[in-house]
Amino acid sequence: MTKKQKKMLYRILVSFVLFLIAVLLPLEGLLRLPVFLIPYAIVGWDVLWKAVRNILNGQVFDENFLMAVATLGAFGCGEYPEGVAVLLFYQVGELFQSVAVSRSRQSIADLMDIRPDYANIERDGQLVQVDPEEISVGDIIVIKAGERVPLDGVVTEGASALDTAALTGESLPRDVAPGDTVISGCVNLSGLLHVQAAKPFGESTVARILDLVENSSEKKAQAEHFITKFARYYTPIVVFAALALAVLPSLLTGGQWGVWVPRALNFLVVSCPCALVISIPLSFFGGIGGASKQGILVKGSNYLEALARAGIVVFDKTGTLTEGKFAVVKTEGDVLEQAALAEQFSTHPISRSILTAWGGQPAPERVRDVEEIAGHGVRAVVDGRTVLAGNRKLLEREEIAIPAVQEQAGTTVYVAVEGEYRGYLVIADQPKPNSAQALRELKACGVRQTVMLTGDSQGAAQHVAQALGLDQFHAQLLPADKVQRVEELLEAKQPGEQLIFVGDGINDAPVLSRADVGVAMGALGSDAAIEAADLVLMDDDLSKLPVAVRIAKKTLAIVKQNIVFAIGVKVLVLVLSAMGRANMWAAVFADVGVSVLAILNASRMLRTK
Amino acid sequence: MKKTYKLIDLDCANCAAKMENAIRNIDGVTSATVSFMSQKMTVEGDDARFDAIMQEVVKVCRKVEPDCEIVLK
Repeated sequence: MTKKQKKMLYRILVSFVLFLIAVLLPLEGLLRLPVFLIPYAIVGWDVLWKAVRNILNGQVFDENFLMAVATLGAFGCGEYPEGVAVLLFYQVGELFQSVAVSRSRQSIADLMDIRPDYANIERDGQLVQVDPEEISVGDIIVIKAGERVPLDGVVTEGASALDTAALTGESLPRDVAPGDTVISGCVNLSGLLHVQAAKPFGESTVARILDLVENSSEKKAQAEHFITKFARYYTPIVVFAALALAVLPSLLTGGQWGVWVPRALNFLVVSCPCALVISIPLSFFGGIGGASKQGILVKGSNYLEALARAGIVVFDKTGTLTEGKFAVVKTEGDVLEQAALAEQFSTHPISRSILTAWGGQPAPERVRDVEEIAGHGVRAVVDGRTVLAGNRKLLEREEIAIPAVQEQAGTTVYVAVEGEYRGYLVIADQPKPNSAQALRELKACGVRQTVMLTGDSQGAAQHVAQALGLDQFHAQLLPADKVQRVEELLEAKQPGEQLIFVGDGINDAPVLSRADVGVAMGALGSDAAIEAADLVLMDDDLSKLPVAVRIAKKTLAIVKQNIVFAIGVKVLVLVLSAMGRANMWAAVFADVGVSVLAILNASRMLRTK
Repeated sequence: MKKTYKLIDLDCANCAAKMENAIRNIDGVTSATVSFMSQKMTVEGDDARFDAIMQEVVKVCRKVEPDCEIVLK
């Protein structure tokens, strides 16, 4: 508790004791008034003071003013104990609310506690601690075991393992050695590292992430806009209703003032929309904080809201659903060694993957007369025999017959030795191990359709789409075609549904911005992706996407519960008060009690797994 | 120009909403957000008149919530 909160607590306790004494004293009539006024003044002087001050400032519908009128009104009606008790209860509620909010705020701050406090730099042979902002690009900083990496940079000396959990949610440490880049915000687990700063602190990953999360509350969700609007009309309406209730029945029908005025006072107590105004942003803030702990950065509560209604999820293929690395997936005939040797000088990714699959050491002495034929393949003399390795066109050029082979999922390399067809290799990009699982989980979260877009060949796309169980795929697309396809899918959306696009953020910026929510993955260290996307998955793990959707859904569920609960209770108490069935206690519950419960409900968001 | 300021003792969420509204109505302010959760305020407005705008912002905030202090840097 802060000093302010503690002071309030003491005031409440003192006032409560005096209130009990006042209740127990055997006094009659007007003598009771001063005895009850003492605890009232102790617990509520600030409310009265603020009420006066705000009136002078032209703020009429201030909750202090309303509480002051309601409780003084109770005194006016001769209900002294109620007047004190209501204000006491109100202050208890306010205190509780203030403590709960600062707790939640603190735990969210802890979640995002990745800001490094200092950087070690060598000056005049001495290691000194300085503010990370003082480090300039090119400086060599020293990171000891257990310390946080303060700036993005390149390791110049030393080797260690880095804990990236605070950034990515990934618990497996990452090994680094000289020449590797390190990202600020990671924790150095073992050795001493010397790192050359590559970016100033303000542009380092950690500063950008903090900036992004802190500013996420600027982009408000529809639910938040609704609450702001609701609050603007709700209070004046209830206050005028109270006025009408106090005056009209007594004037028009000759009702008793003593009956209607207390009912009207109840209205004033219920008129603050605080429960909603606090708990809704708190829920979103908690959702965004919880997501960032998992390595999911959300740039605004509006995106969280959209994500919860994800209906169509569109994926880029290479690097998103697949590893983005080529590998030999199928070999027909004993051709791997010949192909590998023939291709050993080529730097083409396909040639590299054949060499990797073979696993042997390059042997330049076994090969001569290597000729690369652009767009076709390679011809070389291996161990004295002419080897051709390439596409169908290469063999057809040499008039070598190829038996009919069905279209393969990937790039096919045919191999012929001494003018005779020997077999083929299929090279394809591999789906990531958890892609299929992530897609299944997305479906379980209510995603209606999954679509893959790729510039790759029909065969390769079909293979991946089938292996992962995608609903739809479009192959051989140019970047502009991808935008077109997304436009078409946006047209085909069902009402209320949102379209999510997931890419690696490198060359799909137009599509990312066109989709309702653009998700970039593997963004650790990629500025472009953090810039272009609305939601950033910090590591390459697609399984974080269903996690993000679940967090979004839970946030929205809590938001909905709080809206319905708070408005429901308030309206109920208003109706009961108008009928004379609810006393001021019920009204105070509908005000602060509901606030506290809504805050507690919202703070569940912080514990989302 | 867009600037973010820290707020001290912003105790009530409804006041934050009211402050936000009041700041938006100041002449020259293009957008404003007051975040109760992060206890921060972002104001975007005319470059030329920004200092004058900020003075106005401080004034309206004092009217809405006198206890809340804007940290001007």
